[in-house]
Amino acid sequence: MTNKARRSLHEPAVISTAQLAQFFAGLSESGYRIIGPTVRDDVIILDEIAGPTDLPVGWTDRQDAAAYHLERMPNSALFGYVVGPQSWKKYLYPPRLELWQAARNKRAFELKQKQPEPPKLAFVGVRPCELAAIEILDRVLTGGEFSDEYYRRQRENTFIIAVNCTEPGGTCFCASMGTGPRARHGYDIVLTEVVDDSGHRLLVDTGSEAGLSAMSKLTAERASNEIQSRADELLSRAAGRMGRSLDTADLRELLYRNIENVYWDRVGKRCLTCANCTLVCPTCFCFATEDTTDLEAHRARRERRWDSCFTMDFSYIHGGSVRPSAKSRYRQWLTHKLAAWHDQFGSSGCVGCGRCITWCPVGIDITEEVCAIREHDPAQATVTEESNI
Amino acid sequence: MPGEKKAKLAVWKFASCDGCQLSLLDCEDELLAVADAVQIASFPEVSRAVVKGPYRISLVEGSITTPHDAERIHKIRRNSRYLVSIGACATAGGIQALRNFADTRQFVSAIYANPKYISTLQNSTPISDHVPVDFELRGCPVNKRQLLEVISAFLNRRKPLISSHSVCIECKLRGVACVMVARGLPCLGPVTHAGCGAICPAFHRACYSCYGPMETPNTEALAQRLKQMGITGDELVRAFRSYNAEADEYRRESTIHEREE
Repeated sequence: MTNKARRSLHEPAVISTAQLAQFFAGLSESGYRIIGPTVRDDVIILDEIAGPTDLPVGWTDRQDAAAYHLERMPNSALFGYVVGPQSWKKYLYPPRLELWQAARNKRAFELKQKQPEPPKLAFVGVRPCELAAIEILDRVLTGGEFSDEYYRRQRENTFIIAVNCTEPGGTCFCASMGTGPRARHGYDIVLTEVVDDSGHRLLVDTGSEAGLSAMSKLTAERASNEIQSRADELLSRAAGRMGRSLDTADLRELLYRNIENVYWDRVGKRCLTCANCTLVCPTCFCFATEDTTDLEAHRARRERRWDSCFTMDFSYIHGGSVRPSAKSRYRQWLTHKLAAWHDQFGSSGCVGCGRCITWCPVGIDITEEVCAIREHDPAQATVTEESNI
Repeated sequence: MPGEKKAKLAVWKFASCDGCQLSLLDCEDELLAVADAVQIASFPEVSRAVVKGPYRISLVEGSITTPHDAERIHKIRRNSRYLVSIGACATAGGIQALRNFADTRQFVSAIYANPKYISTLQNSTPISDHVPVDFELRGCPVNKRQLLEVISAFLNRRKPLISSHSVCIECKLRGVACVMVARGLPCLGPVTHAGCGAICPAFHRACYSCYGPMETPNTEALAQRLKQMGITGDELVRAFRSYNAEADEYRRESTIHEREE
């Protein structure tokens, strides 16, 4: 076998940052728009990028509850940060999508359903927690009896370049949720960035035929044992350095048996019901359908836009909102995400990305809230009392 | 005349700066469509001519600050099928409601050479304090798209598509990163009624709540967080005491911090 021979799936290779630029160029030539993290107004957001130099080179993000800022790193790593306020649902499940327009003619009305053809997108820098989130959205939006067509077609038109996390953030807890810091599946290729005395190298693993064929355009070096064990070491170190952790043992049952726990009142007093947590969450998929007309009612339009279980309209039925208090809305969100999601979709709805912690303006921390419920769990209290006897 | 069959739309002015009326004038292209759809029966910013009522829709701008206006609003209500108050003055008393926190007689005697000619009320109050209102459109000034939406909705007898959730949702819909978290700015967006499209945060400025309180504003929790960020009690009083100072939740919150000072 020579270097030129066709590689097989999961056969690790090593590329340089220059080769990554070539790889992007190859994707562009195949008609893909490259979407990746980039620094805009002091925050890492997702947008179209021209090449690796548009990535947040040499930047890292410092995150804590209700706190986010960028800092310079001592090296020129391409992926030395974690997730920003935006997630890939921005592209897969756009904030606003027109569903149809209708125009009145003499006797009836004419319906125009001109959903745009989703563009070919190459996502760069998708983190393991985000792969897990996309897998959840796949299940929610296309796994049931009715499929979200726009989402399904966008997913088919998406190439995923994942990146393993060697620098976990202050609000990360993917290790607790079993979604990271190493990507297991759901990518076309996955990179592990290694910046050390031996240079700046990217360990590549291919996860799909599309990934393999895209990689075949590069003359990539075979990965040595040295770099593979270095990457393994970085990833196992990362798993131990998560800013947050969440004890998931018995979590679903814990929450179900604590629906009436007085503790919810405490978090209800702090919650602003502003909806930030749900909109930054990579798995929250709730939407509102909005209809409008023009002045003369000759034209009508229906649009889908992101909604949140934290608004009054969300649970409005005849007579009023079902969840008028902040307490009831926070409880709904948390128990759906961590408990009812298992019953509904067969997994947790939380992937441990930490966005809801960082971007809550008052710093409500989902991991702390679960801890508090655990501490105030009457079932646990009984056990303790009994053991005291 | 074909014009006579059209619904009559009237704009009425009370204590205000005229900015909300100007939002309607600012519609420009759409204004022609409005003029096609309705007969504009009163619009002080455009013409002194007033066509007699009754009116299908009355848009009311401004707050009630004089005994004469307190009478006049009843006449408008009687002549209107739908009465929609537009802007912070009409929905919350406006910036002029700052006088509600002081003694208006002292202002009058300090400012006017002949105070005896001034007939004014102690408080500036929203339209809904005086007559039943069919819809309140928020903003200082109101957003022209929202104004068109409300007119369309009332003409077509449907519910206006106006959300009363927080400005945060508008930030997220347009991809603006939270200025409170990323920049440490004292933003009122989490307690503020949506509608502007998050103009200020999009330009890295904190929301100063010209749309007033959202549906379920937790001003207490936000104020606590702002204090942690270094905002003083005096600054909190001023934050909650601007265009919507007289809105219940803001009056309560500003008064709490005034007592602390």
